[in-house]
Amino acid sequence: MTKAIVLYLHVHQPYRVRHYTVFDTAVSRHDYFEAEADDPASNELLLKKVAEKSYLPTNARLLEMLEQNPEFRLSLSITGTLIEQLERWSPESLESFKQLVATGRVEIVGETYHHSLAWFYSRPEFEMQVAMHKRKIEAVFGQTPAVFRNTELAYNNELAAWADQAGYKGILAEGWDPILGWRNSNYVYQPTGTENIRLLMRNYKLSDDIAFRFGDHDWAEWPLTADKFAHWLSEDKQATNFNLFMDYETFGEHQWEESGVFDFLVNLPKQWLKTKGHTFMTVSGAIEAFEPADEIGVPQTVTWADTERDLSAWLGNAMQASSISALYHLENKIMDSGDWSLIEDWRRLQTSDHFYYMCTKWFNDGDIHAHFSPYDTPYEAYINFMNAYRDLQYRLEIKHG
Amino acid sequence: MKVLMLGWELPPHNSGGLGTACYQLCKALSHQKVDIEFVLPYEADHDIDFMKVSAALPQDISAVICSGIAYDSYKYVLADGSERWLNIHEQQRLYEHAVAKLVEEKEFDIVHAHDWLTFRAALRIKEERGCPIVLHVHSVESDRAGSGPGNPLVREIEEVALHLADKIIAVSQHTKRAIVRDYAIPADKIEVIHNSIGAADKAKLDSENSYHYLTAMKALGYKVVVNVGRLTIQKGLPNLLSAAQKVIAQDPKTLFLIVGSGEQYGELVEMAAKLGIGTNVLFADFQRGKRWRDAFAVGDLFVMPSVSEPFGLTPLEAIGYGTPVLITKQSGVSEVLQNCLKVDYWDIEEMANLITASLRSEPLRQELWQNAYAEYQQMSWDSASHKIRKLYDAHLTEAVA
Repeated sequence: MTKAIVLYLHVHQPYRVRHYTVFDTAVSRHDYFEAEADDPASNELLLKKVAEKSYLPTNARLLEMLEQNPEFRLSLSITGTLIEQLERWSPESLESFKQLVATGRVEIVGETYHHSLAWFYSRPEFEMQVAMHKRKIEAVFGQTPAVFRNTELAYNNELAAWADQAGYKGILAEGWDPILGWRNSNYVYQPTGTENIRLLMRNYKLSDDIAFRFGDHDWAEWPLTADKFAHWLSEDKQATNFNLFMDYETFGEHQWEESGVFDFLVNLPKQWLKTKGHTFMTVSGAIEAFEPADEIGVPQTVTWADTERDLSAWLGNAMQASSISALYHLENKIMDSGDWSLIEDWRRLQTSDHFYYMCTKWFNDGDIHAHFSPYDTPYEAYINFMNAYRDLQYRLEIKHG
Repeated sequence: MKVLMLGWELPPHNSGGLGTACYQLCKALSHQKVDIEFVLPYEADHDIDFMKVSAALPQDISAVICSGIAYDSYKYVLADGSERWLNIHEQQRLYEHAVAKLVEEKEFDIVHAHDWLTFRAALRIKEERGCPIVLHVHSVESDRAGSGPGNPLVREIEEVALHLADKIIAVSQHTKRAIVRDYAIPADKIEVIHNSIGAADKAKLDSENSYHYLTAMKALGYKVVVNVGRLTIQKGLPNLLSAAQKVIAQDPKTLFLIVGSGEQYGELVEMAAKLGIGTNVLFADFQRGKRWRDAFAVGDLFVMPSVSEPFGLTPLEAIGYGTPVLITKQSGVSEVLQNCLKVDYWDIEEMANLITASLRSEPLRQELWQNAYAEYQQMSWDSASHKIRKLYDAHLTEAVA
């Protein structure tokens, strides 16, 4: 019986808003995303750092793995905001992604160009960003996405129905226990109320063993080896597909090279493919290979973040909720202006990371949210964002009011 | 265990944080089976039942009357009925002699002295009685001086006493660093025990705020920024006024309430006028009780712009009375409070930026305060008193051994 690892990595960098004060607002500087070199929110600095620590070394290994193991496959999603930054500051990284795709065994997953939460605020804007992303992927990689993932893996029945209508053959979501009930994520499912589309759900336990726990010396399973991991997967006799979905930056950035995460990655196909019937599939490959085991209904939005698996990390507090709704409130005027510099800045401000930086949920514990933020506090994230927002609004009024 | 506590002030006869901290600390210690006699340099009624409060009055003196606050002159009424005003140096020398006399017949295990004014008295007891002394540093001379080394006579007292002390308690890492830097005291002799605040002890607000003008102006759309503290160089108020000018230039409907007295009073009033913001800055002098509490409550934002602040209780008071805070990074309280805005004291532009941003955003103020209040409610003097009790025990065992 065929058993597949479905490895899917999400690659993304936002355009972080620089230290942008009330004194920059509504004067001559509208360069919200162009930080000084010593600003921790410098996109150039951060992009070059992540390219060096993660993109280049990981892609070199992935390419090697593809060359050495004909059965090895994986899927990637790459946001438009990242591709632009790679083009500008690390063309060699972009080239290495193209080399992976050129092997024919790497699938690119569709999403919004700006890694936004537009689905929840504006359908036309959401569809526009999905189309922009599709065009960019076609232009850069010569591939058309057939499977869709929404930002932060935010998913519900309505989205599945939309993706079905839009012609996607598959969609990705979190394999969250309250949804699965007695079932588990290691099968292909069909979303409730859809015709053709299939649902792949993230095995969060196995995925987080790599993405979060890998380098944790207090974890009972530390150190995690590819051998041990492959053995765990073999123990589930019925499963067809193990959906390992995680941030690409797990490799080299979230888990440092010193943790041994690259050795783990390289050894995983060697260990897993030792057993007959074991293989790797892309997301489309799994959807085509296996019949849906059941129907899954998700009336409430589920994401892949935090213990709540909801949108509260982005929209849970008053700063987040009010700033995002103020931003989308500009939509009609911005679009009517026909001014591409305004439209592009408006879209860059939609990137979900901005709202994540404003999250205060676990600020007291200085946990993961702080780790990914270029700002000292969620309050400063909000202040910079709102000043940029006000400047955008000012430009709109002055030029097109 | 019997502890002789040497202090300079207790509420309600206190000039600021020192008296409040001593009071709260002793109260919490009294629950740790510590029997305290607290020796003050003046006679007054205190409504205190958890320890004995004594006055160390010099010979031939029938009364010591505070003219205002602890750092002002005291009027000494001599036995023959004549009166003399003494400055603070004369007072601390008299206090030393009076304490030595007062404790002649008393039994105690340890001496715990608060700040330089009581250090000579503590040293003398150690010399005469050989009992261990713990020196509690709420501020060092370089803090109080604001910039530069400060008064050499005071520095000498601090230096000698800190070298001879059995143990030193610093109210923050900030203060510990200053002690090591200024006096070359070995770091392991200094334990940091942060000040705290007892949420349960907070006096309640009543329905009508005493600042009628400010409440009326708020109803007209004005926003109010408050500072409460001594008007002295250490507190950094000139920078707040410079920032105020920038804020008012952006948002003319902004008022600044400055509550306190001190040697910079006249200078600050004049500065506000010169900056052209005289109508927006209100000086309300030193206040106690209801007017003191109401000052915190009337603000939309509390700002503590201190150049050097060993701890800084006022931001915690502000949070207790419903107001979010902006504090300088050069304060001890910034080591224990997460949910606040922080700025370098010299960065006037950023101070103005953060003040403007918070006054413009209700969601920001709401989030800041709500999360800070959750921190505030967790605070108590219990953990400080536990640590001090342990420190006493360790020193007594050492002394016996």
